[in-house]
Amino acid sequence: MSTLFYISSIVAVASTVMVITRYHPVHALLYLAVSFLSVGMIFLSLGAPFVAALEIIVYAGAIIVLFIFVVMMLNLGRETAQQEKEWLQPKVWVVPSILVLILLVEMIILLFSDNKDIMRISVVDPRKVALSLYGEYIIAVELTGFLLMAGIVGAAHIGKHKRSSLHRFLQNGENGNGKAHTGVPPEQVSNEQTVLHD
Amino acid sequence: MNQLLAYIPAFPLIGFLILSLFGRKLPKPVIATIGAGTVCIAAIITIVLGVSFLQTPPAGGAFHQLLWSWFKVGKLSIDISLQVDALTLVFIFIITFVGALIHIYSTFFMWHDGDYARFFASMNLFVCAMLLLVMADNLVLLYLGWEGVGLCSYLLIGFWYEVPSNCRAANKAFLITRIGDTALLIGLFLLFRELGTLNIQGILQQAPAHFTTGSANIVLITILLMIGGMGKSAQMPLQTWLPDAMAGPSPVSALIHAATMVTAGVYLIARMHGLFQLSPVTMTIVAIIGACTLLVAGCSALAQTDIKRILAYSTISQIGYMFLALGVGAWSAAIFHFFTHAFFKALLFLAAGVVIEALHHEHNIFMMGGLRKRMPIVFVTFLAGAAALSALPLVSAGFFSKDAILWYSWSAANGNVFLWLMALAGAFITALYSTRLMLVVFWGEPKTPVHEAPAQGMIIPLIVLAFFSVTAGFIEWPHNMMHLTLFSDHVQKVLPETIMKAYLPSEWFFQAIAALVTGAGIYLGYTMYYGKAGVRWQQSPGLASTREFLFSGWKFDQLYNFIFVKPFLFLTRINKSDVIDRMYNGIAQGSLRLSNWFSVSQNGSLRLYIVGVLAGILFIITLQLLL
Amino acid sequence: MTDSAHMVLMVATVLFGLGLIGVLTRKNVVFMLISVEIMLNAAGLAFVAAGSKWQQPDGQVMFLFILAMAAAEVSVGLALVLQIYHQHKTMDVEDLKELRD
Repeated sequence: MSTLFYISSIVAVASTVMVITRYHPVHALLYLAVSFLSVGMIFLSLGAPFVAALEIIVYAGAIIVLFIFVVMMLNLGRETAQQEKEWLQPKVWVVPSILVLILLVEMIILLFSDNKDIMRISVVDPRKVALSLYGEYIIAVELTGFLLMAGIVGAAHIGKHKRSSLHRFLQNGENGNGKAHTGVPPEQVSNEQTVLHD
Repeated sequence: MNQLLAYIPAFPLIGFLILSLFGRKLPKPVIATIGAGTVCIAAIITIVLGVSFLQTPPAGGAFHQLLWSWFKVGKLSIDISLQVDALTLVFIFIITFVGALIHIYSTFFMWHDGDYARFFASMNLFVCAMLLLVMADNLVLLYLGWEGVGLCSYLLIGFWYEVPSNCRAANKAFLITRIGDTALLIGLFLLFRELGTLNIQGILQQAPAHFTTGSANIVLITILLMIGGMGKSAQMPLQTWLPDAMAGPSPVSALIHAATMVTAGVYLIARMHGLFQLSPVTMTIVAIIGACTLLVAGCSALAQTDIKRILAYSTISQIGYMFLALGVGAWSAAIFHFFTHAFFKALLFLAAGVVIEALHHEHNIFMMGGLRKRMPIVFVTFLAGAAALSALPLVSAGFFSKDAILWYSWSAANGNVFLWLMALAGAFITALYSTRLMLVVFWGEPKTPVHEAPAQGMIIPLIVLAFFSVTAGFIEWPHNMMHLTLFSDHVQKVLPETIMKAYLPSEWFFQAIAALVTGAGIYLGYTMYYGKAGVRWQQSPGLASTREFLFSGWKFDQLYNFIFVKPFLFLTRINKSDVIDRMYNGIAQGSLRLSNWFSVSQNGSLRLYIVGVLAGILFIITLQLLL
Repeated sequence: MTDSAHMVLMVATVLFGLGLIGVLTRKNVVFMLISVEIMLNAAGLAFVAAGSKWQQPDGQVMFLFILAMAAAEVSVGLALVLQIYHQHKTMDVEDLKELRD
């Protein structure tokens, strides 16, 4: 168990480092999948198989797939990688990395400073989780349902291609970029917008 | 007879109302009839009333008429109530009689002016207010009249308002008299607090019991009343408005700034004599102010070249004589001088108006000259006025009144040799500048052609006034001659008799000196200004700075400019941007600047925001580690 | 299994830190979202470890909530990314400064 934990931990950290250093988005996403899988292994080693399964299904499955969809839709390929290479100069990442390292050191010091007694880990079986989830946390589950619903509706609404109702604050920049509102007949523009932009 | 009282101020008021409401639509003859007629009716009623008063003196020495109650607040009850006693009778006689003559004169003098109705409306309102002032039986009504005459004075000085300097003169008169008015008002408040009444008779009766002689309260009250009188009567140091007030038409100068309004201060002090007698300090101050004023104004009159300004300074000087007489306790002498002065000064102003009119609005006396032959009637009347002004012995009204003041300034208990010497010097100067005025204007070479003869209606008032300027003095003779004391007998029904010193030198002696001094003044004027000498004298370079000093009225305007206006302007300049507001502006600008500083952080860079969050986390955790 | 909970929490901390570095250094919105996913995942790991340590189910329950939240967040976030790309033709967060002062 312990060995499993250490191995999967090393894999998780290493793949995460790869995620944040890749230039090509698809490479990064593949390393992210590896990272999620190894975190799932950590869950398994902690004796939480249900969570491990969910980790693999939702994170490594659904979320990664979503990302890949987006990458495909936006056609983020070699040019993006080239751009990332230009953007990731040392002067960009050195200072944030130092700050985060300080934070990391401080948190680890805090972690190991207060109590020295051994933290034993025992298995919590899915049955207890299910009872707790649908017992005392039932309202939170309902709320999570609302959240997911809102997420779906929001994503559907935002992701819809409706160039006509560009927010009026954004329209100036849009005109500056020279992007034409081809789908908008002038008579459909509301009075308010007309007044504002005249 | 009591019922007649209200009609005296009512007729001018009716005239004012008609003229101010319908004046623009009425033809000029109607305006003239209403304007002069109402005042003439008032004068006739006054004469009827006066005859009745003298024949059968009313009980208590005064006519009373209660019109209606004005207002009642707590203990304070103010009535619109009129009262005519011997003192008031003298004043209303002068106001209505001289006023009527001046109105008749004005109907011709102002004939060509576009604002005929406005002029007569203001004049009628003035007569009404002045009558209220002297007929009021309480001090609040008196104050109403007091402010009313101030308002009319303002309106009439600025009558030709198209000229900016006239408006400035009107403002100056209004503002400077306002200083006195404020003091008077505070004095009235104090009186009410002390005595609980503002009824004049009530005050005079209660005052001796309530105040101890010379106590701080009574001194303060009388000084405040005195300052009120000084403002209205153009006494030092509030005299600077009167010479500028000559910007108004000549009849206005004659009526308001010579005969009536400027003597309101004299009336106030005489009316409140009971209070002033309780405060010897104030009496002395009044006398000193009068003496100083008559000298200062007399000297200024010597150097003036504008005929009306000469008369204005001489008015200040003559009122100074009245104040001197009041100050030494010669009440009846002061009122007598007011009586004669009203005639001859009104005469002089009206005659000056005729001269100015005839010479194309020429004010400078050195541009006149030689008018003796060309305007003989004006010359004769002017001569009568000037003789009265310089107190030519026995043949002028001015002699009798001024001689009485000179005599009392020595012989009254409050008088002393210095006041007498100052008054004597004033008499000398008066004779000198009167002679100068006469010689320069009526003798010598003609310098400006006369373009029209004065209207007959303007000449008649001059003749009437000249007659009174000569004869008005005959009702009161010095004690050593004839001992005819009609006037002082009449006035002393109200005013106390003058307290005299125990051991007195012969009055003859003083009269001789006074006559001699007057003669010397006239002779000096004759030698200096007769023939070509006048021009030489006027142009002698050695005296230029002195002449300049006197010409500007002893630099009082410049002094006030330096003492009051400059510091005030300095303060306003400091406070131009509102010192107190600057603090609040500072707060606003400080927060605006802070906002600008901090809004640099809101630069839209998402990564910088996250760094901010990280820095916050780091700060908190570091804090936990360190503590 | 000595010090296991400590070790798990340390791994979670390291993962969180790496995610944070990713958010801070990347300019591309997609990479920032990926890094945010890593941070959320690390937080979930810490919850599960804490739950195991106290032998309570609450840690895993919290992980489930984080999971749901992450799903919702990533769907909305990616929809926004699409819109941003359509409207601005860029993925650079430094160019998205319409809300600056």
